[in-house]
Amino acid sequence: MTWFDVVSAVCLLAGCVLSLVAAIGLIRFPDLLSRMHAGTKPQVLGLLLILVGVGLRLRDWSEVGMLLAVAMFQLMTAPVAAHMVGRAAYRRGAVRRDTLLVDELTPALEAESGSGDQSGRE
Amino acid sequence: MTSEASDDLPGDVPSRRTGVQWPMLIGLTAVWVLLWGGLTVTNVLSGLVVAVIVTLVFPLPPIVFGGKLRVRGLVVLIGWFVVELFVASAQVVAQALRPGKQPLNAVIEVDLRSHSDLYLTLTAELLSLVPGSLVVEARRSTSTLFLHVLGVRDADDVEVARRRALRQEERVMLALASDEELAAYRADVEASR
Repeated sequence: MTWFDVVSAVCLLAGCVLSLVAAIGLIRFPDLLSRMHAGTKPQVLGLLLILVGVGLRLRDWSEVGMLLAVAMFQLMTAPVAAHMVGRAAYRRGAVRRDTLLVDELTPALEAESGSGDQSGRE
Repeated sequence: MTSEASDDLPGDVPSRRTGVQWPMLIGLTAVWVLLWGGLTVTNVLSGLVVAVIVTLVFPLPPIVFGGKLRVRGLVVLIGWFVVELFVASAQVVAQALRPGKQPLNAVIEVDLRSHSDLYLTLTAELLSLVPGSLVVEARRSTSTLFLHVLGVRDADDVEVARRRALRQEERVMLALASDEELAAYRADVEASR
């Protein structure tokens, strides 16, 4: 049992707890957009901690390279996926207005819908 | 995440086919080598072939990067990102586990000061990854982001979230922008004050 193993174990456990809380958040949060927060936040850090834990345990450069690739793709794709789901939900009216204190997007979209084409290419 | 609003001009988007994009090829090859987990001649060559095919089949407009990397700005950017990642996770954990009624959220408009696809994309990506904010709509024509902010109690919280988004943009600019871009950005900040 070295210090590497101790740090690795702490990272793995913390990562698992964060992923568990993300799952709890998915159930408890009231609407789609706040559930996206649970999906992108503790889960990103949770996965990173698990990768660090695994990396410290393996200590092999080719494995660490692959873990880096996983981390990179996670950080690049999670916000894009969340953005696409959030954007689609908003435009389809799947957002619960009663959970919003301020809403500055609806007026902007309404102003825009007067000026023609709504499709908007991504 | 370079989404376009419907009011973008048709000629605004750079052409998708503009010769060989070497940075793209090298990047894709590096990812391929990482995934195979070993730096060998076969891996690099097969990676190059795959990269050429990918860039031919899925051409992307080139990213215009006229800035310069500032090491100090980059360290600050990454350091703050890690700090905010931990804070964000703690906040969402606290809110997920708190018993009783969930607090309200908000959708706010943030007008960024920079006018570049790259900085807009980076700011939006980083904002989506850190405390309580999620990009639901982005307009490249006006560099405007619409953020969904988790857990706001009053108008002050809304303004705090807006300022935090603008500071994120400032850190991106300080890490990557060229001197001219930075000067234009500062002038914009002064003008909007």
